[in-house]
Amino acid sequence: MGLRKVAVIGAGMTKFVRRAQETAKELSWQATRMALDSCELTIDDIDAVCLGTAPDSFDGVHMNGEYLSDGAGAWRKPYIRSYVGGGTGVFVPIQGWYHIASGLCDVVLVVAEEKMSSYYPHAQAAFMTIFDHTTERPLKPNLLWIFALEMNRYMQTYGISKEDIARVSVQHKRNAAEHPCALLGDANITVKDVLDSEVLAWPVQRYDVSPVSDGAVAIVMAAEHIARRVTDKPVWVEGVGWALDTTHWTNRDLAYPRYVEYAARMAYDMAGIREPRKEINIAEPYDPFDYKALHHLEGLQLAERGQAPQLYIDGTAARDGNMPVCPSGGLLGVGNPIAAAGLMKIAELFWQLRGEAGKRQVPGHPRRGLAQAWGDLMQVGTVMIMGR
Amino acid sequence: MTTKLIKFPGTALGEDDFSKQKVLFNYDELKGDFAWDTGIAIGSYLAGLKAGIILGARCTTCRKIVVPPRLVCEWCYRPMEEVIPLQDTGTVNTFSLCYVTWDMQRVKEPEIPAVIEIDGASPLHGIMHMLGEVDPTKVHIGMRVKAVWRPAAERAGAITDILYFKPIEEK
Repeated sequence: MGLRKVAVIGAGMTKFVRRAQETAKELSWQATRMALDSCELTIDDIDAVCLGTAPDSFDGVHMNGEYLSDGAGAWRKPYIRSYVGGGTGVFVPIQGWYHIASGLCDVVLVVAEEKMSSYYPHAQAAFMTIFDHTTERPLKPNLLWIFALEMNRYMQTYGISKEDIARVSVQHKRNAAEHPCALLGDANITVKDVLDSEVLAWPVQRYDVSPVSDGAVAIVMAAEHIARRVTDKPVWVEGVGWALDTTHWTNRDLAYPRYVEYAARMAYDMAGIREPRKEINIAEPYDPFDYKALHHLEGLQLAERGQAPQLYIDGTAARDGNMPVCPSGGLLGVGNPIAAAGLMKIAELFWQLRGEAGKRQVPGHPRRGLAQAWGDLMQVGTVMIMGR
Repeated sequence: MTTKLIKFPGTALGEDDFSKQKVLFNYDELKGDFAWDTGIAIGSYLAGLKAGIILGARCTTCRKIVVPPRLVCEWCYRPMEEVIPLQDTGTVNTFSLCYVTWDMQRVKEPEIPAVIEIDGASPLHGIMHMLGEVDPTKVHIGMRVKAVWRPAAERAGAITDILYFKPIEEK
C-alpha cells in the first residue's frame, strides 16, 4: 500500500483515580512528560500531536481539545483532536499512525486524557445526550439502560449465566491488583462478591461496571528510521481497523457487535493474520462492563459466538494462559477515564511486548497483541494490532 | 515500565478533601435550552403517534421495514420513500429492571425499559420504550406486549403519546 512502518517507542501514564487534584491540562502534561522521558526525546522532536478526549460535556469546556492543547505539548504544532466515544482511546493512536505511515510526519505524540469527576453530581448524566433527543430522551433514559438491555439480550441469545460473566470482572480486577496505576485492583475478589453487589439496572450490578475515573496516557510513535535509532525494542503497529454501525441501535442484533468484526477484519488483513486465535498472543478487548469483554472477544473472532465465557472457565484468558485477556486489569480494574482507558491498553501492549510489564508480565515472550475499544451509541469499533 | 519506572504521577482526592475544604474548587451551573426540529421522517412518525399509529419505513431495495422511519436506508443508501403503518403490538427483544435514576439515586420500584420489536417491522427491528402494568419478576424476553396510548385529546405528537407497553393476556 506504500505505507511506512510505524512503531511505538515510548509510553507514560498517570494513576487512574476517582478524582484527581490535577486539572485536565496538568494530567495531560504529566503523562506526556513521562512518555517523552521514557524514550529520551523532547517536545522539539515532535512533529505533530494527536489528542483524544471524550465529550466536552464532561468538562463543561467547549472545544476541550483546544483547551488541553498546551498541556499536550501542541503549541505551534499541527494538532488534531478526535472523539469517537469510548472508541477514542484506540482511535487516537490510529490517527497518530496515519500521520506517520503516510509520510507526513516522522514523530508523533499521542495523548488521551479524561477528567470525569468535574461533572456534578455524577458523570453518568453527561451521557444522557447520546440518546436521540426526540424519540428516546423524553423517556428519561439513563446510560446503564443500553448496557443492561444489550447484556440481557446477549445472555438470553446464548444461554450465558451471570456467573459466567462475573468471572470476567473477577479476573480483570485481580489482574489490576498488580498495576501501580489501578483504581479498583483487588487480589481477593470472588465471583460471589460480584453476584452479591448492588443491583443497578438488572442484569447490571455494581461490580459489573468499570469506575468513573480521572487520568491520562501518552505514547510516542515514530517512523522506522527514527524508531531504530531511538530504541532497540520498538513495538510495531502491524494493523489498524475501525468501523461504525447505525445509530438506530434498536434496529440491530444486540447480541453480536458486527462493527467490531468489520474493524478487526480490516486490521487482520493489514497484519496478514489469517488465524487470529493462534496468532494473537495477548488480547486487550474493551471492558467497560464485564459482558462487553466477552461480546468483543466474539466480534474480534477470538471466540465463537456465545463461547467467549469458555476462555475464562478453562484458563485460556488468564495471565499465564494461551491467550491472556486484559493482563493490565482492563477498565474494570485499572479504571475507565474514557479516552485514556483505551490508550492505556496500547501502553500495556507496548510494555508487555517489550517485557517491561513487571509483575503483570505475560510469560513466554509474547510476540503480538491486539487492543480494541468501542463506543459512541454502541456502534464504533477501533482495533490496533501491535508486534515486536 | 514497572521494571524501570516506579513512580507514577496523579494525586487522588477523597470526599474529605471537599467537605473539610482542604482543597479549593469552583462550582457553577451551565444551562442550555434547545428546541429540536423533528425533520421529515421523524416528523411523520410523531404525527402518526398523535393519531395513535406507529409508522415505519420500507426500503424497496433491501426489503427491510425499519422503525422509526427515515429518509435514507443505511444499508443501501437509497431513498426510503414508503412510510407504512405498523401494529401497536410487539415482542420484548430485551429489557432491564432499573433501580437507579440518571444521577445514581436508588428507587424502590424498578423502571422497566425495553427494546420492543414492533409487529410489521423486520425481525430485530424495534424501538426503546417502557413496560408497565406488569410484575417485574414475570417480565421475560419474548413476551408479547401492546401499547397503552395516552387519550387522543391529550396526545402531543411525542414518543410519550405511548405511555408504556403492557403484556397481552395469553389465552
